[in-house]
Amino acid sequence: MFDFVSFIPRAVMQGIPLLYGSTGETLTEKSGNLNLGIPGIMYVGAISGVIGGFLYESSLSSPDAIRTLPAILIPLVCSMVGSLLMGLLYCFLTVTLRANQNVTGLALTTFGVGFGTFFGGSLIKLSGSSMPYLALSASSAIYRRTLPFAESTGWFGKIFLSYGFLAYAAIIVSLVVAYILKRTRVGLHLRAVGESPNTADAAGINVNRYKYAATCVGSMIAGLGGLYYVMDYSSGIWANNAFGDRGWLAIALVIFSIWRPNVGILSSILFGGLYILHMYIPTGMNLAIKEIYKMLPYVVTIIVLVVTSVRNKRENQPPQSLGLPYFREER
Amino acid sequence: MANSTTKEPLIHITKRGLLPWYGAWGIRGGAILLALIFCALVTTVVTGQNPLSVYVTIFNASFSTQRRTWVLVQNIAMLLSVSLALIPAFKMKFWNLGGEGQMLAGGLATAACMICLKDVFPNWAIILCMIVGSIAAGALWGFIPAFFKARFNTNETLFTLMMNYVATQLVAFFIIIWEVPKGAGKIGIINQQTQIGWLPVIGNYKYLLNVIVVAVICVVMYIYLGYSKHGYEISVVGESERTAKYVGIKVSRVIIRTMLLSGAICGLTGMLLVGGTDHTLTTSITGGRGFTAVMVAWLAKFNPIWMILTSFLLVFLQRGASEISTVFGLNQSYGDILTGIILFFIVGSEFFIQYKINFRHAAGKEEAHV
Repeated sequence: MFDFVSFIPRAVMQGIPLLYGSTGETLTEKSGNLNLGIPGIMYVGAISGVIGGFLYESSLSSPDAIRTLPAILIPLVCSMVGSLLMGLLYCFLTVTLRANQNVTGLALTTFGVGFGTFFGGSLIKLSGSSMPYLALSASSAIYRRTLPFAESTGWFGKIFLSYGFLAYAAIIVSLVVAYILKRTRVGLHLRAVGESPNTADAAGINVNRYKYAATCVGSMIAGLGGLYYVMDYSSGIWANNAFGDRGWLAIALVIFSIWRPNVGILSSILFGGLYILHMYIPTGMNLAIKEIYKMLPYVVTIIVLVVTSVRNKRENQPPQSLGLPYFREER
Repeated sequence: MANSTTKEPLIHITKRGLLPWYGAWGIRGGAILLALIFCALVTTVVTGQNPLSVYVTIFNASFSTQRRTWVLVQNIAMLLSVSLALIPAFKMKFWNLGGEGQMLAGGLATAACMICLKDVFPNWAIILCMIVGSIAAGALWGFIPAFFKARFNTNETLFTLMMNYVATQLVAFFIIIWEVPKGAGKIGIINQQTQIGWLPVIGNYKYLLNVIVVAVICVVMYIYLGYSKHGYEISVVGESERTAKYVGIKVSRVIIRTMLLSGAICGLTGMLLVGGTDHTLTTSITGGRGFTAVMVAWLAKFNPIWMILTSFLLVFLQRGASEISTVFGLNQSYGDILTGIILFFIVGSEFFIQYKINFRHAAGKEEAHV
């Protein structure tokens, strides 16, 4: 029998970093910026949090002296500042300097992944650990603290209550973003900017300001995905390259959830499930077939991409000016 | 938004006319120089080394020995080859980010021929199969997104991006099927003793054949894009699909044909990598070239001849950056950080090539951007 009670929580925990990444990217794409730097930004978000946590933990006299509030806030703030700076850099290049978004995004990913691995490596050296990783167990324990009645409620608690606060925050954030995009004036303006910046500009909307704001906030949200991954999912252990290609998967998830963060909640869990499905399907000694299972999220994304374009429903399309720079005097 | 409309803003940006080529390259050169100074500063802060010795290290990485120069040339050739594959698509405004996947598909087909046909055919026939197979595989990988783009206007950027990972997993699958020895998780050198399916070596220069092939592709591509009917159709479709339709160009046919070509050259590059130099297949054999090539092509404004220069530049800087990390005992990723910084500068400099900044007081000499 397929073990759902252990499968679902793991799928959710796999899905949460993707959910953060895709919520951030959706917000960004709604403003017309196709930010391919998300993988790099998530790396930077993760390592900035780790650096903050590491500095805080090493300033303590003993690991027991750790206090909840700074242990949560310091990595959180560091992570958000790190990814904010990345978002600003992207905006400065693509919005102010109108550089090509694909090229800038790819450069940002190169830079971000390099930045993460480099400082990760340096911290590991600094901590003098003989292992190829860095452990922030004390801070992570606080991040992983679950609701008090999670243990006592059996399978229900395991499936719904066994996560750290960042997981619930991810769901709240995506609901809020979905609400803002769909139901508020700010969201309407933002969508107008992404669909047709000329029209938005003519209507008196400050296109550049919206693009900056959406991309920077989006980057910060995506960066939290990196933080969640290190602090919660992998128990505060930073190992270089462990994060893998989750950033690209987050971009795939944006398409999969047809640019809707609230749909993203369920689809991220589905993606998380697809990502780890190969561990749960009995394949015996046939390891090769596992690699085929790992292909699933991407294949499913392609299918969704094709199906939405074939059906050609207007509300399911990418923002019309996605990937195009805006220059007022060029019409 | 609320400011008064009569006030003239401090800076006013207008589009420049076409800069003469030396003007454009002057600005780019300046950006690279600034980037190098900035990188040297960063490196000096991190390592405490004299910036001059940092530059010497960058230079030595490529030119201190003959072997290193050959490695440099080989890397340029491979990067240039992928970039050449991408430009027909880019000129058509089809953002093919799937170079990685198309190369892997070609590499996979090559490795399949080398492994499965080694006892069936003579060597020359296997090499022929490799060439045909890799071109077909790469073209197929390019065809799939092109077909949907042409038929249903499916977003090609995201489609080709996803195809990369499908290819990666497919390669991972076959690596486990073909792994030597069982359980090693890698293939190792294919046909090490018999050298079946290894591309011939010209003289004593292991990389010379690849360089020649790429040089030929480069010249042909230059002629194809600049002086053929196909090339003309590509640029019309890229400028305006509506115009293309109006003058009777079948847009969907141009898209599919161009992507077949783009994928085919990527596939061929995959074969040069697997059959010509590496003689093995890994998921990381492409070394991110599919993405770096996007920047090479874009920096050279899709001109095949200028791309020789830009791919030299990127490979030179990358090798220099990774040499810095080795020499000064930093980890390898430091090279990525420096590459990223350099790219940011070059990407940013394009703005100053395309646009002119006018100040409110015409004689303003102050810097507009930091």
